Amino acid sequence: MADTLVKATGIEVVYGARRRFGRSTAGGNKVLHGIDIHIDRHETVGIVGESGSGKSTLGRALLGLTKVTKGSINFDGVDITRLTESRIIPLRRRMQMIFQDPMSSLNPRHSIRRILTEPLLFHGVATDKGDAERRVRRFFDRIALPSSCLDRAPHELSGGQRQRIGIARAALLEPDFVLADEIVSGLDASTQAQTLNLLKGLTREMGLAMAFISHDLSVIRSVCDRVYVMRYGSIVEHGRCDDIFTSPRDLYTQLLIDAIPLPRIDPGWLNRGRIDDATAVAATI
Amino acid sequence: MTNSILSISDLSARSELDHRLILRGVSIGVAPGETMGLVGESGAGKSTIAKALLGILPRTVRITSGRIVFDGRDLRNLPERELNQIFGDQIALIPQDPLTALNPGRRIEGQLTDGLRLRRNLPWRQARLRALELLDEVQIRDPERVMRAFPHELSGGMRQRILIAAAFALEPKLIIADEPTTALDVTVQKQVLRLMRHLQASHHTAIVFVTHDIGVVAQICDRVTLLFEGRVVESGTTAEILAAPKQPYTKALIAAGPRYDRPETGLQPVPDSVINMLRADIIASDGRSSNG
Repeated sequence: MADTLVKATGIEVVYGARRRFGRSTAGGNKVLHGIDIHIDRHETVGIVGESGSGKSTLGRALLGLTKVTKGSINFDGVDITRLTESRIIPLRRRMQMIFQDPMSSLNPRHSIRRILTEPLLFHGVATDKGDAERRVRRFFDRIALPSSCLDRAPHELSGGQRQRIGIARAALLEPDFVLADEIVSGLDASTQAQTLNLLKGLTREMGLAMAFISHDLSVIRSVCDRVYVMRYGSIVEHGRCDDIFTSPRDLYTQLLIDAIPLPRIDPGWLNRGRIDDATAVAATI
Repeated sequence: MTNSILSISDLSARSELDHRLILRGVSIGVAPGETMGLVGESGAGKSTIAKALLGILPRTVRITSGRIVFDGRDLRNLPERELNQIFGDQIALIPQDPLTALNPGRRIEGQLTDGLRLRRNLPWRQARLRALELLDEVQIRDPERVMRAFPHELSGGMRQRILIAAAFALEPKLIIADEPTTALDVTVQKQVLRLMRHLQASHHTAIVFVTHDIGVVAQICDRVTLLFEGRVVESGTTAEILAAPKQPYTKALIAAGPRYDRPETGLQPVPDSVINMLRADIIASDGRSSNG
């Protein structure tokens, strides 16, 4: 069996449930319906779905950031489902997150230097401030950021640079597992390509396992080894990208793939898949 | 061009804040019933052009030269009163974000009938009937219920369809679609694009489609104009440009997006050499025009 790093079994998440005696009772909105998912070491796994599919909730649950109401999550052999905060902190360094919008995830009042060195000191990755600074500078060379960025605030950088800071913040902690949630959706095509290439290079060099959440199947295809397709809080299909994209078995997966407009003339595209669309229309109303 | 509903020629604009050029002699022609794609990365000037066409340029942007001829009249020389009869009437907008574009405190009915009552002087009852027809046209299945709804009660796809209905309500000759599907899921995007195409054909409306997605351009635009830092890099029919792009930048932009059908290609950032070449060109011509 492959070396599994993250494993979730039968997890359910309910939002807004009333709690009584620590147990959730009736009511609430169940957004994950018993999900099984695993991510092996050194593997990049895509999680794709449309809005409301539960993909971000699943991602947060994998990191222990959202309480699951049922099921269990295992990280490197440790059941983290019900760990107390003090027990989970040592693990936090090893599982990092890259956020969708670096503008709202980086503290606007801190310099980039502070944003990047503080976590290194907190987690004891760097021995002192000098060491932290050295690590950051070395990493900047790797990701082609000028060290002049260190003294700037997040809003003084371009969108692509900010997202590289988000990646740096996660990668500098030398984690085993990284969750990337829609990290390129706000970027121009060229910047998006740059960011994704950088991320691919880093995961390979550092041997990272990554869960890559996106609504964009083309992006998933270009960075992931395997993919889980989600809809309404369930996984409708999963498998190797090579298989899923060439012969999707599930109707919804097929619909998602067909909905991607390709940069080539295809006169039939707009009118294809009308009947399948009926279910999607029903879902939006 | 005589057979065009819109003809922008040599349009230049400058920022009043830092005196940077925002548009550099842009020329674009759009024929009646045609869809023209306006493509470029951020900062290319596509939104500035869209805003100029709607008369909503911010005060900080000043048009320095050029003409915007719509339906035979130069919009830059028209008195305010005549402009008011064009903007939002003969030229309509489908905005990017369907949530902020609708007033959260009003029901859909009021928002959809405003134009019909105030601009077409339809009595309330008739405006309401026409609004119901429009909702039906954009394939909303329970128009009566939607008319009573507030925007937050509707999904993103529904809201975008309502805005499309609103854009077509006054039978405009030109619609500016400003990234109308960027905020939508892919399956919903496809429905919305199909709907726009369908309505455009039946109403014979010209559309200026602002987008950064070359895939979307390929599927719905007849012709396309590619912009870089306020300058037209290349324009032509979509088929020509996709099959045989003449400019290295066009070629590079097409190759930048990921391709699910060809995973070994795509994800190639636009090379610095291409960008530098364009910039050098721009600097040279900026110098010429400021000297002349």
